[in-house]
Amino acid sequence: MLKLKTANADALYSRISDSAKLYLPVKRAGQVNYDLWESGCEVTLGEMTVKSPKDLFFPQSEDLMAFRVSGKSIEIENPELPTEPFVLFGVRACDARSFDVLDRVFLSDPVDSYYEARRNCGTVVSLGCLEPLRETCFCSVFGIDLAEPEGDVQAWVLGDEMYLSAKTEKGEKLLAAVKDLCEETDGAPLAAAKDEARAKMAKNPLADLDLTGFDGEHMMEKFNAPEWKDLYQACLGCGTCTFVCPTCQCYDIRDFDTGHGIQRYRCWDSCMYSDFTMMAAGTNRKTQMERFRQRFMHKLVYFPANNEGMYSCVGCGRCVSKCPMHLHIAKVIRTLGGKKQ
Amino acid sequence: MQAVAEKVIARAKELLASGEVQRVLGWEKGEFDYERTPALFEQGNIDKLVYDKFCAANLSKKLVEVSKLEGKTLALIKPCDSLSLNQLLCEHRVKRENIYVLGVGCKGMEGKDGLCMKCEFCKGKNFAISDEVIDDESCREVPQSDRFAAVRELEEKTPEERYAFWRSELSKCIRCNACRNVCPACTCIKCVFDNPDSGVAAKANVDTFEENQFHIIRAFHVAGRCTDCGECSRVCPQGIPLHLLNRKFIKDMDTLYGDYQAGEDAEARHPLINFTKADAEPSVVLNRGE
Ligand code: SF4
Ligand code: SF4
Ligand code: SF4
Ligand code: SF4
Repeated sequence: MLKLKTANADALYSRISDSAKLYLPVKRAGQVNYDLWESGCEVTLGEMTVKSPKDLFFPQSEDLMAFRVSGKSIEIENPELPTEPFVLFGVRACDARSFDVLDRVFLSDPVDSYYEARRNCGTVVSLGCLEPLRETCFCSVFGIDLAEPEGDVQAWVLGDEMYLSAKTEKGEKLLAAVKDLCEETDGAPLAAAKDEARAKMAKNPLADLDLTGFDGEHMMEKFNAPEWKDLYQACLGCGTCTFVCPTCQCYDIRDFDTGHGIQRYRCWDSCMYSDFTMMAAGTNRKTQMERFRQRFMHKLVYFPANNEGMYSCVGCGRCVSKCPMHLHIAKVIRTLGGKKQ
Repeated sequence: MQAVAEKVIARAKELLASGEVQRVLGWEKGEFDYERTPALFEQGNIDKLVYDKFCAANLSKKLVEVSKLEGKTLALIKPCDSLSLNQLLCEHRVKRENIYVLGVGCKGMEGKDGLCMKCEFCKGKNFAISDEVIDDESCREVPQSDRFAAVRELEEKTPEERYAFWRSELSKCIRCNACRNVCPACTCIKCVFDNPDSGVAAKANVDTFEENQFHIIRAFHVAGRCTDCGECSRVCPQGIPLHLLNRKFIKDMDTLYGDYQAGEDAEARHPLINFTKADAEPSVVLNRGE
């Protein structure tokens, strides 16, 4: 394990940037989001990003192919898949788990080559939480250890020191390039800090949410629960919850008429929108209640039913803090889940 | 506030019990102590109705849908919400005969981070519309503030600085449309940005031009009808000060056509769809753009 003074973090970022694009939480115009590191930018590791890091693997909009028409022929152009390496730094345990969720979707047969290419280019440096980042955090409910995030490199910030530990080959390669900026350590002070973090997490307000009954076996019971009628009432159908969520993975494929051809692209979609999965037959979900139910049924029932019990919520709390109407997943679990003693 | 709140709840229960109204549109508690969610209440769940300093959400837009229900709905309406509601009535979006408006006194609303921006710049404690009002002296104090100060600061910048300011703000936009969906002036059944034949997808975050256009077009669409209720800025997940765009429009209209508050008078025609002899000449308007 390596460590360095947080005061020297800029040297670390700068070194990483020499060989790869570095994305990390940066504060711009008052908000923290994953952004490209540049000398002098306001790196803000201690706050939750508004958007999740999924953009780096699954951008909000992405060109898929282009059709060019000349005379009577149509030419098809496939965009070049990205090959440039990048480093994603400061990913919290919840977001790190979200990549597993996305992998299940995009890397199962048929593999999504666009996602796969980005995934291969990226090295993930995760950042363990040595206390719950916010009161809305509830990663522990999904069995995620806040202090021990997945990733190619794990990092922790304790006091004025940053600890770095490689977990994969990619991670070792990254650390080899920054070794001279750091010193070796056995990371002894971390153990107690991690335990303290877990204890604090257990006391976080949403840590007592109980997922009892959210599984394939209770699918119809949950689907038909009368509570949905009240739960969805105030929903604006805005899609904020889906756009800030690290695991929401639905997209729409659209054609843009460029005047001399077609640009086919995909963009994030939201099950909260009225045109979601709209087809000629017009059989998509007609009411906001059905749309609202879909989002939470997918995260808490359909996904685990199809993925050996893996939930597609990671408890990051983004939708909890950002829903303008406070109708988030925690409220749904509280209402429809079990009652922990 | 406590005393007013208690009276409000008691009165709502009374009107419901007497059958004068069939349901109540108010707020209920959420997971965290500062969370309040708009909700409909009937006999069975009326005990969950709350009114306190966290009831910031403007309920007027919900009445577009709720006033179509059978029977009367009691709506709890704060002074600023009453402007939005009156504007909606003016546009025939809410069925007046199906609502009972209970004006509720307010001492400024809070969210997780303290006093709401809209309350910092409270436009007054009068009710533009109500069937009945419950408030007291303490609910009529209006804070001293200048809502156009930030607009003037922007006006004093060079065009390049101003552009840089708006780019830095608007580049954060995730196109979630929360600002539009919460806006009581945005009640089109199908928004122009949701037209699948328009060639652009509102949810796609493609280029900066589209990002700017969305907000500029929206500001134009609500100009003259925007009451400056501040909901757009309150709900934006990226903290974009959208109200500054609207206030710029309001300030310009005030300057060119005389002071006007949307929603104050349900019979009024707003300056952009009205003509008076005192209106500024088009040339004056044109010159300002240069
Ligand atoms: S949800 Fe857990 S892992 Fe994610 S930021 Fe909060 S405490 Fe850390
Ligand atoms: S649940 Fe909340 S964030 Fe999601 S669409 Fe509804 S109002 Fe918007
Ligand atoms: S559903 Fe909400 S809490 Fe769960 S992962 Fe998505 S944004 Fe985070
Ligand atoms: S609410 Fe904010 S982020 Fe969402 S579309 Fe409006 S300005 Fe953009």
